[in-house]
Formats: sequence, C-alpha cells, structure tokens
Amino acid sequence: MRIADLAARTRRQLSAWLLAMALAPAAFAAGVDPDLLAALAGDDSQARLEAVARLGQQAEPAAADVLEALNEDRLYATADGRVLIDTGGGGARDAASGQELAAMPGDASSVTINNRLRRAIGAALAGSRLFSPDPAVRLAAAQRLSGGADAALLPTLEKALADERHPAVRQALQVAAAKLQLQSDDPQVRRRAAQLLGETRDAAFRPVLAAMLAQDGQGAYAEPDAGVREAAQAALRAIDRHLATIEWSGNLFYGISLGSVLLLAALGLAITFGLMGVINMAHGELLMIGAYATYVVQGLFRAWAPAWLDWYVIAALPVAFVATALVGMALERTVIRWLYGRPLETLLATWGISLILMQAVRSLFGAQNVEVSNPAWMSGGLSVLGGGLVLTYNRLAIIVFALLVVFFVWLLLNHTRLGLFVRAITQNRRMADCVGVPTGRVDMLAFGLGSGIAGLAGVALSQLGNVGPDLGRGYLVDSFMVVVLGGVGQLAGTVVAALGLGGVNKFLEPYAGAVMAKIAILVLIVLFVQKRPQGLFAPRGRSVE
Amino acid sequence: MNRTLNATLGAPPAAALPALARRPLFSPRAWLALAAACALLALLPLLNLAFAPGHALHVSSYAVALLGKFMCYALAALALDLVWGYAGILSLGHGLFFALGGYAHGMYLMRAIGRDGVYQSDLPDFMVFLNWKEYPWYWAFTEHFWYAALLVVLVPGVLAFVFGYFAFRSRIKGVYFSIITQALTFAAMLLFFRNDTGFGGNNGFTDFKRILGFPITAPGTRAALYWLTLAALGGFLVLARAVTQSKLGRVLTAVRDAENRVRFLGYEPLGFKLFVWTLSAVMCGVAGALYVPQVGIINPGEMSPENSIEMVIWVATGGRGTLVGPIIGAGAVNGLKTWFTSVFPEFWLYALGLIFVLVTLFLPQGIVGLARRLYARFAEGGR
Repeated sequence: MRIADLAARTRRQLSAWLLAMALAPAAFAAGVDPDLLAALAGDDSQARLEAVARLGQQAEPAAADVLEALNEDRLYATADGRVLIDTGGGGARDAASGQELAAMPGDASSVTINNRLRRAIGAALAGSRLFSPDPAVRLAAAQRLSGGADAALLPTLEKALADERHPAVRQALQVAAAKLQLQSDDPQVRRRAAQLLGETRDAAFRPVLAAMLAQDGQGAYAEPDAGVREAAQAALRAIDRHLATIEWSGNLFYGISLGSVLLLAALGLAITFGLMGVINMAHGELLMIGAYATYVVQGLFRAWAPAWLDWYVIAALPVAFVATALVGMALERTVIRWLYGRPLETLLATWGISLILMQAVRSLFGAQNVEVSNPAWMSGGLSVLGGGLVLTYNRLAIIVFALLVVFFVWLLLNHTRLGLFVRAITQNRRMADCVGVPTGRVDMLAFGLGSGIAGLAGVALSQLGNVGPDLGRGYLVDSFMVVVLGGVGQLAGTVVAALGLGGVNKFLEPYAGAVMAKIAILVLIVLFVQKRPQGLFAPRGRSVE
Repeated sequence: MNRTLNATLGAPPAAALPALARRPLFSPRAWLALAAACALLALLPLLNLAFAPGHALHVSSYAVALLGKFMCYALAALALDLVWGYAGILSLGHGLFFALGGYAHGMYLMRAIGRDGVYQSDLPDFMVFLNWKEYPWYWAFTEHFWYAALLVVLVPGVLAFVFGYFAFRSRIKGVYFSIITQALTFAAMLLFFRNDTGFGGNNGFTDFKRILGFPITAPGTRAALYWLTLAALGGFLVLARAVTQSKLGRVLTAVRDAENRVRFLGYEPLGFKLFVWTLSAVMCGVAGALYVPQVGIINPGEMSPENSIEMVIWVATGGRGTLVGPIIGAGAVNGLKTWFTSVFPEFWLYALGLIFVLVTLFLPQGIVGLARRLYARFAEGGR
C-alpha cells in the first residue's frame, strides 16, 4: 500500500518534472507574472500583500515555489529587477523565466518580510499548495483550510476541486468549500451547500450539518433560515441512510465471510458425521494440522523459492489436503473402524486422539502461535460504497474458496463412483455390502475425504487468524452446531446452516456484543433442535429407529 | 438402531434380573467392603491431625487435600454414571452442574470474606474493581449459609429439570443430546467469562477466608470438609444404588436398552429420565459445592467442554453402570494426572489421550469389568 503510494507519487513528480522541463520557459513565464514579482520585491507593503494573495490564488506550482521561498527567506531581488530563488548549494533560479543560474549574482539582496506579510503568506501558501503535485501536501493544505479559511479563498478551492482526483484530498476540499459556503450571508448559497454536502453522503459532514440544527438555550437554531434547516435536515437523513446501508452491507459481508469459514470448518464434519455417522471430536485438530501444513509450506517456500512466496498458499492446498487425509485414514484404520455403530465410544476415542494430536503439535512446533502471513495479493481490500466499506481480499478469497470446495464436494458425492458408494452406504450399509460395495475401503476413503476437506479449511483459517495448537478447539463446537442445525446427511443443509449462523451472528453482534451474540446463537440452536430434532433439512421418513 | 443402542451401552450390569422380588441394596460382603473403605478414608485426616510431620504415621496435609478433591471428582463421576450407565444419557455438560454448585457455594464464601478483601469493602474485590455499588439481585440472601446450600441444590436441579424436560420431550438422545449438552456448558462458560455477569469473570471466586466462622485453611476445617465430602460420597453411593435397584431403576435400564419398546409397553420414559437426570445434576452440584472450599477457587474454566469430557473418561475407565467403578476411575485417572503433571507434565495429554482410546477399544467395561472377568476366570479355574 505504502509502496504503491510512493510509486504513484514518484511517477507523478517525475511526469510533472518532465513536463516542466519541456515547457519550462513558457510555463513559468505564463505562471508567475513578472509584475507580481516586481510588486513582491518592491517597498509598497499594500502592493506586496496583494501580490501574495494573488499568487496564492494561482494554480501553478511555480507560484507556490515563490511563496515558499519568500516564507523561508530564500527569495532575492537583483538591482536590475530580476527575482531569484535560492535553490541551495549556491544555485539560483529566475522566478519569472524558470531559468537556472549556476550562482547567485553578487548584487542580489534578500527580500525581507514583516509579520503581517508572513501571516498573509501562510494563508496564501495553503491556497497555492492545493495545486502541489504531491497529494500529501495537497491533503495537508486542504485540511488546514477546512479548519477555517478566508472566504476569499472560495474560488481557489472550487478551482482546485475541479481538478482534484485524489479521494481524501477531494473530501477535505469539499468540507472546506462547503464550510465556507455555509458561512455565506445568502441563504440560497447556504442551502445549496447543505444540499451538496448531503449529496456526497459522506459521514465527515455529519458534525457540520448537525451543528446547524443545534438549538441554543433560548431555543433559537444555529441556522436562522428555515429553508436551509430543512435542506440540512434532508442532507443529514441522506447521510444517515447511507451510513445505515454501509453498516448493513458490512454486517452482510462479515456474516457471509464468517458463514463461509464455518462452512469450510463444518463441511468435512458433514461428511464424516453427517454421511458416515462417525462423531469425530478430532475434527478441530484436523483443521489445525491443515493450518500447520500451510505454515510448513510457507517455510519451505521462504527457504527454497522466495521468488514464488506469494503463491505458497496455492501450493499449501494439496499439501494440507493430503496430510490431513492421511492422518484421517490412519485414524479410521486404527481406531474408528472398531467402533462403528457405537457413536458414544467413537466420541470418546476421537477426543483422546484430539488430545494426542494437539500435544504432538505442541511438541513439534512449540506451544506458541506460529506466524503465517498473507500473500501480497491477499492483503488490502476492495473499497465499495464510496469508501465506506472495505471488503478485504483475504475474506473475499475465502468466500470464493468455500464455494469452490462445496462445488467439488457436491460433484464428488453426486457424480463419481465413490460418491455413489458413500451414499449407498449411508442409506443401507448391509444392502450395499451385499451388492458388492467394498464398504471397508469406501469408509476409509470417505473418512479421508472428510479429513482432507478439514485440511483445506485449515489453510483458509490460517489466512484469517492465529495458528496455534488450540486453533481447532474454537471451531469444534461451532462445526457441530452447523451440522446439527443443517441436518444429518444433507450438504445443502450444511451450507444453509453455516451461512445462516454466520449471518445471524454478525447481525446480533452490534446489539448484544460478540460474546452474548454467541451465547444467544447457542441457546437458539438448542431451542431449535427441540422443535426439529433432525435439523433443517431432515429426510422425511416413517421409520422408528 | 436398537442394536447400536445396545452395543453403545454395553451389556447390562452383572446383576441381571433374576426375579421380580425386591433386590437387596448391597450384599453383606459389599456392605462390609464399603464400611471398611469409608473407615480407612476417614482415618487419614485423623492421622494428619494427631501426628506431627515427620512421624511415621503422619499423613501430609497435601495428601488429605488431594484425596478430598478426588472424592469430589468421584461424586461427580458417580452422578454421571447414574445417567450414562443406567439411563444411556451421555452428558458432555456435567461440568456445568459441578461449576454451578461451586459458584452457588462460592457466593456465600465470597460474602463471608467480609471486609478482609484487598479493598476492605463490603463488596467482593471484583465488584469494587468494576465500580459496582451494591450486590446484584441474584446475590440476595447469599450471606446466609443455608440459603447458599439451598442454591447449591436448586440451581443445577432446576436448570437440569428445565433443560431435560425440553430435551427428553422432543426425544433428543444419543449423540445429539451429548453435543447439545456440550454446547450448553460452552455457552455458560462464555457467559461466566464476562465481567458483567457478576461472578468475577475470568478469575472467578477465590481468596476465601472462612466458612461458618471457621478459618478455611485451618487443618481442623479441612478435615471437617474432608469428612463431609466422604459422607456425601458414601450417602450418594447408597442413594444411587437404591435408585438403580428399585423398580424405577429397572425401567431406566429398559429405557437405556430399548426406549421405543418401553414406550410401546405403555411407559412414558420422560418422567424416569427426567428424574434421574435431575438427581444426577444435583449430585454434581453438591460435588462442586464441596470442591470449592477445599480447592479455594472456582472459575469459568470448570465449565469448559474439556472438563466435562474428562469426567466421562473417569466413568469409562472405572466401568460404567457399576456405580463403584466411576469412583475408582475418578481416583485412578486423577491420581495418574497428579503424578504425570508433577513428573512429566508435557506427557500428560498423551497419556490422557491414550486412556481415552485404549479404554474405549479394549476396556469397554472399565476396571471393574476387567476385575469381574478376572475374578470369574479365577473362580472357574479354582472349581
């Protein structure tokens, strides 16, 4: 971000400089009027003040240069009427022609200024700096003016506003201009200014407008004209509406983002628990292993392929998938296989496994969180709604990623042989066995698939938060809630439940606070399951167990 | 699913159903063993008080405190066994009832500190810290020990009753029930972590000074608490045995093994399950209340899902559906934990994880089941 800014600045300065080189004599000749310069160097203080003010209203950087030089006592006048700027190191430049001189002529004397002139220069400089090629300088000048400025500067401001492209500077300029207009004696102008402020829909104008509507002790409004008040009221409403839209969209975005994280975390569980009926309490630790796989891949890239570091996340995906799928399949073969049909025992055994995995990661990588950094293309964000809301790229990437994973899981379950077998076993294990489905192997593969997806989710989680041995614990209860809410054996239910939970959570947060929102959600789920024990999308049936 | 349910819960306890006559509470030999165990355990604080440190018969205060703590755990495990072993309800949220009992008693203990706190205020330190001027309404009357004792029973009991009523009425069972109870204790933990909840937030209650006017750290008070815990454990063991040996207990066992069949036979399982579930929660609450003064602290960490699952492994290790097993299991697992955390702290989680895996795979009936099997083989060989 900062580098990009710097680059833009350098580019801009460079192009300005090139332009100046090409057009130098003409530009400067047109820019700084020699008569003004002469007045500046003269003795008549009134004429000097006027010259300063007029220089301040000029849009050319050269005018600002002159004012700056004057302010810093670097402006010299020669006996023959030339005005020179000391460029440092003994060099000088003719202010009127822009011609560079190797040395300051011997007869040049410093142009002195008094305090009154100094104050005028300060105001004028702010005006002329509005045309500086450097956005930072322009922003500082605009902010100085928005704090309070002379009404005479209004045309300058409008002129600057017409050319300004930088959003932050533009906003500061608008505030400054509107503030000046609001001080106008003409109610029409004030009214127009209020309307303009409303049209920008910018929260920065809210205090200005609210101040107009404030009543003093006697009940008199700060703004005497009723029409203007009405305009200000309307502008306030427009701004508030816009703010509400931003808040709402923000909640929606963060809700979807949280929902997609929950979805990723729960999707693997939806396969192992939902389809196979295996309660895998070590699911959270599989997420954690996926995140640590990302960390390891990042380390390898740092060591061996620093040039490709930005793309390590992509490489981490297959690594995490394979690593967690292998762990999952090993679990299935050694422990879970012996506990099919005994869900409570499975729960306890997998909890034990989760403890072992967690401690193993602690022994290998230490109990501290490890550092996993976002690649450059994932940092930053997309600014929408007039800059009111920033959609960060990492969250956008995870939303897209979650949708892709859901799509592939759907494809796998509904359009491959393995998926067919998994569904057959879900419906009737014995019958599937009878018609020749290798149930043992399919169980292992399906468990591996569910675990692998947990690994993919771990990669995504590593881009959002801390990566530590406890990473999985925080998501365990949440993922189970998603699966329970969505209904067992239903991919669609999982998707809806995850997005719904994420959304409800984020919309509750502003009112109840993060912790209370979470508690409310848990209580709501408990109540919901009372009503529909089979979840949102329960398969209809009449069987009694 | 019936088949799975049977398998899930293991075979019914060894004392099958030979006749419909009222079954004896314990066999004479079991009574004898129980009395002997109680007497032995009751002796330890006496040895601590009577003999000076260094004497051959002296039992260290640390050992007494540790055993007192283990007995609280054992009581919680007994409560869990009542619902899991006999009614097939696996709760992953019993830590909540344990902690609620502890907090209810803790409220009294906090008020008993009086003005001896750091800020020398009538309010507990954490309330002074939050700039609260008076007790919230739910702290009313907690300065009276008997009211707090009533809360110890009522709070877990009422919560369990309400939650159980809705859960059992909508026939939530098996894994779903387990996960929901886990969510419940997780939600409660988050709630108690908040400072605004009025229970000391993160730090919970600690720095207790006295109980019923006695200094809480004095050896005499500690011994009294120990005996009280032992009495509670023995009493609840007999009560639990009475429940499981009664007709009600038989219906419960039937519900555990084939709930729908019981339903078709004309029983409504709701009342039976609700009774044993509430009783279990109350027992757990009492265990928590006895635990807090002995350990000197209660904080929301007790409500973490991890703690509740650890309770389950005490029961599984000892042998569920045996009542004595969970007591043995709680002692064994916690003894192991104490040893590991002092000698190989970094290996304790490996050991605990292995206990979970190995017990479920190879010891489905726990230590008691193993002992019974060995005994049966021995008896057969001797004949």
